Amino acid sequence: MSDATSTQNGRGLLELVRRTDPAVAMAFACIVVLLLVGSLYSANFLSPAYLLQQLKVASFLGVIATGMMLVILLGHIDLSVPWVVTTGAMMACAASSFGTLGVALAIPFGILCGVLLGLINGFGVAYMRIPAMIVTLATNAVAQGLMVVYSGGFSPVDFASPPMRYLATAFTIPGVPNAVIVWAVIGAAVVFLLTRTTFGRAIYGIGNRETAVYLSGIDTRRVVMTAFAIAGGLFAFGGVLLAGYASKAAQSMGDDYLLPAIAAVVLGGTSILGGRGSYLGTIAGVILITLLQSILSVMQVPEFGRQIIYGVVIVTMLLLYGRSPKVTS
Amino acid sequence: MRDWRFWVAEQRGTLLAFGIFVVMFIIYVSNHPAGFNSNVVQTASNKAVLLAFVAMAQTLIVTTAGIDLSVGMIFTLTNCLASWIVIGAPLETAFGVMGVLATGAACGAVNGAIVIFGRLQPIVATIATGAIYFGIALALRPYPGGGVNEDLAEALTGKIFGIIPASLVVLAAVVLIVWVPYSRSALGRAAYAVGSSEVAAYMSGLPIRRAKFLAYTLSGLLASIGGLFLTFFTYTGEAALVSGNNYTLFSIAAVVLGGVSLYGGTGSAIGAIFGALAFRTIGDLLFVFDFDPLWQPLFQGVVLMLAVSLGALALLRVRNRLEWFR
Repeated sequence: MSDATSTQNGRGLLELVRRTDPAVAMAFACIVVLLLVGSLYSANFLSPAYLLQQLKVASFLGVIATGMMLVILLGHIDLSVPWVVTTGAMMACAASSFGTLGVALAIPFGILCGVLLGLINGFGVAYMRIPAMIVTLATNAVAQGLMVVYSGGFSPVDFASPPMRYLATAFTIPGVPNAVIVWAVIGAAVVFLLTRTTFGRAIYGIGNRETAVYLSGIDTRRVVMTAFAIAGGLFAFGGVLLAGYASKAAQSMGDDYLLPAIAAVVLGGTSILGGRGSYLGTIAGVILITLLQSILSVMQVPEFGRQIIYGVVIVTMLLLYGRSPKVTS
Repeated sequence: MRDWRFWVAEQRGTLLAFGIFVVMFIIYVSNHPAGFNSNVVQTASNKAVLLAFVAMAQTLIVTTAGIDLSVGMIFTLTNCLASWIVIGAPLETAFGVMGVLATGAACGAVNGAIVIFGRLQPIVATIATGAIYFGIALALRPYPGGGVNEDLAEALTGKIFGIIPASLVVLAAVVLIVWVPYSRSALGRAAYAVGSSEVAAYMSGLPIRRAKFLAYTLSGLLASIGGLFLTFFTYTGEAALVSGNNYTLFSIAAVVLGGVSLYGGTGSAIGAIFGALAFRTIGDLLFVFDFDPLWQPLFQGVVLMLAVSLGALALLRVRNRLEWFR
């Protein structure tokens, strides 16, 4: 909210500094620290090729975290990420095997499946008033069940369609991976949605106090359901991109994205209780998580050490800038 | 007469969970090829007590209006630890068991310290600590393996007097030794009060920090009892990411089935136990009906979806639309 409007007069820079969320600034500072730590280890860390490669890897998480951010801004949470991502990937690959029409419709079909699952989430949360944590958990279980029945418990044999591979791996502008462009377009759309439309302002409002927004004459239930549907579509789109990147879908390919997505959004300064947060912070959070994972794997830290450091770093960063106010004050 | 009504109103969630479990179990047993005998009950209870312990651990956190996403990882970590130290002579085994329980309690205490003194939201704090606990588990057991004191394992997973499953007896004992005193103590009541309204509890002069810390520590302890039992059943330790995450997610499902409100302040661990037993029985129903096992996850998901949809029935009682937004 703080950086919603740009300033035009001479004091613009000062104003910008004053308006910047300290959490977002801190997250970007942490990125710089991580890059410096990495560059001590290997000079390649500061090379443009490496940084672009990291941005490409980050864009998959970025698309998924964008959906998660919408839901978290509402003050809810979406735990259905793992199997919505997988559903999007598997369904897009499945459609690809139905001739030319299938190839053309693969990406929209994958996203549509995610939107449908998101609608179930949204209906349960908004209209049935069931806690988001448990509705999305149930949706995740149903999506898993459907995919297990569909795939017979094995990774499906269908391959990603050429357009999917093009989006995830090719270069339209020399040097800039398409996945990064996709993330940038989605990011720009979501920033517009959040800051320039009544729908976006209603999302922030609902995160602060749904009663107040409802009494202001907004159909809050429809807003919540729509936001969950968009989030579901974004998760599935993340899955489509991942399938394009790996050229096929796999069981449990989405498992590694639930916790990083939540962590990225929260590290970016978005309040887990909703109503507060900027997309700039989410970008910072996504890059932060991706860099951290990359540095740990480049340094050849064994898996157990990676997990421990990952957890310790998240706790430390949150202790630096993510603390709630005292109850006692 | 009045007292009786109050009791029913207070225990409605628990009684409902008990009812669901009984119905499911009757369907299960009456269609089981072997019929109702002590072996069937023993197998079913051995599978279900693992989730029951983890669900109890989750209940303690949920009643304080928190959520513990690391509970499955504490369960996995203590399983890996137990496969190293709960072995050998009786005295060594005894120290090993104590070490496992202490480790579980310490993990819970770390969660509690971060949430209470670090003032982080439980959901994000436990995501991070869960990664740490899983890392330690992987360090202990990079590959599945290890062992356990087999006499103890057989005694605790077998049958007492040839009829009663020992694991159920241990579960009941843990309820009597840990849950009942806790939920009746001043600190336990304070933990419930924190779940209803932390500010109001603070204003009333309740020891909110000590109460929450106790809840988190005991939660870790209960999860470690689950981890210990997993070792007794499998005779090995395994740092399995999927299994740890599943136990976390299933524990939330069991807690909700057991009538514990995710908003905090109401519910009982006994309800969560029946929720866990019911959840496990639902999962096993498909086997007795001889369906293709491939359909099991879908069936389980749909039943879970229907069960949580029951919560929407509360909307029928709403007289004022503003009550939608609590």
